[in-house]
Amino acid sequence: MWKWITKYASPMHFYLLANRLTPWFGWSAAVLFAVGLYGAFFYAPADYQQGESFRIIYIHVPSAWMSMFVYMVMAGAGAAGLIWKTKVSDAVARSCAPLGASFTFLALATGSLWGKPMWGTWWVWDARLTSELILLFLYLGYIALQSAIDDRRTAARAGAILALVGVVNIPIIHYSVIWWNTLHQGPTISKLDSPSIHIDMLIPLLVMALAFNLYFAAMVLIRARMEIVEQEKNSKWVQELIVDKVSV
Amino acid sequence: MTRVRILNLFSTILFRDLLLGVRNQSELVNPLIFFIMVITMFPLSIGPEQSALMQISPAIVWVAAVLASNLTIDGIFRSDYEDGSLEQMILSPHSGFTLVMAKILAHWLLAGVPLIIMVLMAGPFLYLPDYALQTLFYTLLLGTPVLSLIGAIAGGLTMGVRSSGMLQALLILPLIMPLLIFSVSAVNNAMKGLPVTGELYFLAAILVLALTLAPIAVFSALKIRLSE
Repeated sequence: MWKWITKYASPMHFYLLANRLTPWFGWSAAVLFAVGLYGAFFYAPADYQQGESFRIIYIHVPSAWMSMFVYMVMAGAGAAGLIWKTKVSDAVARSCAPLGASFTFLALATGSLWGKPMWGTWWVWDARLTSELILLFLYLGYIALQSAIDDRRTAARAGAILALVGVVNIPIIHYSVIWWNTLHQGPTISKLDSPSIHIDMLIPLLVMALAFNLYFAAMVLIRARMEIVEQEKNSKWVQELIVDKVSV
Repeated sequence: MTRVRILNLFSTILFRDLLLGVRNQSELVNPLIFFIMVITMFPLSIGPEQSALMQISPAIVWVAAVLASNLTIDGIFRSDYEDGSLEQMILSPHSGFTLVMAKILAHWLLAGVPLIIMVLMAGPFLYLPDYALQTLFYTLLLGTPVLSLIGAIAGGLTMGVRSSGMLQALLILPLIMPLLIFSVSAVNNAMKGLPVTGELYFLAAILVLALTLAPIAVFSALKIRLSE
């Protein structure tokens, strides 16, 4: 196991592995998206209260889950990069940020679209919405830091510190925001995570969640590959790779 | 022996930074003027009614304090980074934790403490009742060191970067939202005559956490940026 890990911590082997894995993740994500969306639109029954517009949860909930999951991946990869100084984890951490920011934005945007007919407003300063918004700010800060520092390795390691500081802070932010909101007003709006969800509604949701995960895996591998090639552009194997591609 | 050395190092850096800060008077005074100006903008834009101002004055004071401390944090490592003395300090065999703590304490004494005094003077202009002003003082006493500590992380990460001030604000602001929430709600509670110990304990807990962990993050940030 350890040997396997150390092998794929080398940029070249990781690149080749990522190259082979990407189509698998990508195509299975595409198939699951098709299945999940079909289920979301035709299989799942309309909600007895919210009617058809509840169907946006099939995008909204998986993106909200991913927004937090991606941050943890980013911080984990960053920590690995700080501890073992592996270039691969730096590349993975850097690749996570734009994806995580997009998922967060998607969760906020779909929530807003759903909120207009349901709550009658595009935005409420609800605890969950606010902490998701702050999460978006954390991602944007990370991206801003990455683009400000020219040296890739330094940028990745500086970003790792920022991501780890963020991980310590996220629970504090989350609970303080909940506390802030409940101080001002009680939970007057019913939340999405009502205790029970019908099984016919749940299955497409889980399929979509899996599809989002696979899509993220495919995208992060593609981005990490590009990061690695740019980072290692002076090494022999990248040169050979380019020559091969060109001659083929 | 080692304890004496650590204390020596701590006080040497602290006094050096304080001396540098006091000699550079404009950098000391400008953030305070900025703070007063931001506060002045609110009565001008909201209107001079006492009730409206009183309701939002804790929020005004805290937002202005956060913005003002964002302006000062840029200087915490910059001049030492530019003239190379920071590199020498990091290379020295002394404890990085002590070094960073001394610099942060100096920053707080130069930027945080004058700000607190300024707030106490500005309080009556915002029609804050005495008890609320007292609570505001406590929240600032517990909160401004956290601003310096978290600010130092951003300052370390962004030193030597183009337009670092803006970037620092982007990094700091999301991290200090809990501070804002607890502080302002404490003062609001005080104005309603409700107990405020809960919020103050939370602020103290955040301070202790920041005191424990932030110097580690600052020191590793400095090492990473200097190894470039």
